[in-house]
Amino acid sequence: MKTDLKWHLRVNVKAAIARAYVRVVGTNREFSWIFFDTLLPLLGTAAYVYVYRAMDAPEEYVGFVLLGGAMTAYWMNVLWNMASNFYFERQGWNLELYFIAPISRMAILAGMAIGGMFMTTIRAGSLLVLGSMLFNVRFNVSSVPLVVLAFVLTLVALYGLGMLFSSLFLMYGREAWHTSNLLQEPVYLLSGFYFPVRALGFYIAIAASIIPLTLGMDAVRQLVFSHLHFSLFPVQVEIAGLGVLGAGLLYAAAVALDRMERAAKQEGRLTLRWQ
Amino acid sequence: MSQAIITEQLRREFRVDKEGKRRETFVALDGVNLEVNRGEIFGLLGPNGAGKTTLIKILSTLLSPTSGRAVVGGFDVTSDPYSVRRIINMVSGGEHSGYGILTVRENLWLFSQLYGIPNKIALERIDRLMDIVGLSDRARTKVHKLSTGQRQKMNFIRGFISDPEILFLDEPTLGLDVETSRVIRRYIREWVDDRPDRTVLLTTHYMAEADQLCDRLAIVNQGKILACDTPSALKRRVGQDSVLEIEISAQAGQLQPLAELSAQRGVRRVAISSNGGGTLTHRLSVIVDGDGAIPEVLQFLAQRGAIVTGFKKTEPTLEDVFLELVGRRLTGENGSQVASKG
Repeated sequence: MKTDLKWHLRVNVKAAIARAYVRVVGTNREFSWIFFDTLLPLLGTAAYVYVYRAMDAPEEYVGFVLLGGAMTAYWMNVLWNMASNFYFERQGWNLELYFIAPISRMAILAGMAIGGMFMTTIRAGSLLVLGSMLFNVRFNVSSVPLVVLAFVLTLVALYGLGMLFSSLFLMYGREAWHTSNLLQEPVYLLSGFYFPVRALGFYIAIAASIIPLTLGMDAVRQLVFSHLHFSLFPVQVEIAGLGVLGAGLLYAAAVALDRMERAAKQEGRLTLRWQ
Repeated sequence: MSQAIITEQLRREFRVDKEGKRRETFVALDGVNLEVNRGEIFGLLGPNGAGKTTLIKILSTLLSPTSGRAVVGGFDVTSDPYSVRRIINMVSGGEHSGYGILTVRENLWLFSQLYGIPNKIALERIDRLMDIVGLSDRARTKVHKLSTGQRQKMNFIRGFISDPEILFLDEPTLGLDVETSRVIRRYIREWVDDRPDRTVLLTTHYMAEADQLCDRLAIVNQGKILACDTPSALKRRVGQDSVLEIEISAQAGQLQPLAELSAQRGVRRVAISSNGGGTLTHRLSVIVDGDGAIPEVLQFLAQRGAIVTGFKKTEPTLEDVFLELVGRRLTGENGSQVASKG
């Protein structure tokens, strides 16, 4: 039993590393990401910077926008590379191979998430550094460990949401794809990518907190622009909320994946590529 | 347990959309009972849509049966799929698995990791298998640059990387050239013979492949197993007849008396074909009840002055078996479907 547990642990870790390898090595062989994922988003972010400057808004708002722009990369990665990945894997024949292997599907999703996070962090970091230099942004960090904690918990919750979506994609195919399309822009608004989320009004902001980015960005902004007062909740509350969201979403993803797999096996959706 | 695979009354239905939003039930497998012994290469032979792939998908835990039971390596595919997955692997002909941005070697390494194989062993196996199928020179080529045949070779290797107890091969030589197909068939045979607990379940619609490779095979049509036996036993079901293809050299005037050959004891049918004109070479197709009639046929020809320049005795083929059981031919020589009624 002990050996079995050890074997399961080893095979799942190896599977996750192998799946992450595709993301990390594969993406680095296509250098076009420097243009598409760093320079182009910087243009979009710059537009908001100039809007704030034209309005004579406090200079710290430039940092707000830049941070939001960087976090956009994670949302896009979760939506299109994480949630839709099982759908694309099925089209490319790989899904069957993952599903006949003696591994947890969560290991594959974890591999995708780790690879995705790694690559997106490089992109988001590049955007942040480049933007900070270009627009002369000053950060006033109150606690580096808390920033790291809030950031990590945000990513855990966000990629947990991606894992949950991936099982929906597996089941509903292109219909879920449309849902993702539908989610993209409203999440930009509701999470407060380019403004403090409190501006939406307290109750709307609370409702929007179901999206991990909302609490995550608010917490990180509070910690890196500590002299400003714009928060939805105190940092500690937001970090606790992110922890609960992360655990809940990961659990929900595992349950949904199990149920969706059973349903997909009954309906033949794991093997039918045209759905 | 001597059986690698057991199915009992296995049934699989699909609900399919019809015109006008009406849904109909399509029966892909209809009460399949099968026993595949450990250490054998077992073939499923049947036309497209017969249910071969559906059966493999159920046995490989990708699809649930509507009813009935399937046991692989002693584990129930429905109640204990993880145990099944530890001992199986699968290769589908014409699949396009893998990641185009990675090299052949990287892709194969990736899939080896899904089975927890230590890196050193995995890479050794990959290199050895690439050498066997002739893919070594493409080891560092990105997969999106491979030809269809090379990609199929890579998929084939992937199936063996985990050294499974039970391997499902769904049309493994589809799209491969003759020489590569031969190499792959030989390797499958050697792989099974190498260790007595290895089993291969193979689907094909290439008669020659089934005949050459399979220890036993089942003929499947419309979700049902019509017959299951060794290839030679299946062919014996068709009858004890032998077909003689005889090439003779004779003047045109000598052909008429040869027709009397059909009146000889043991001869059931004679067909003579000539190239026409004043040619001397003619071909006789003679169906005889058994081998005992062969000397009499040759003696008859010699007595009438025909010189035998070529002689070939053929046995009933699996194509004939299929024809007998299903009522139509399965494939042409090149694997293309032949729609004619038998």
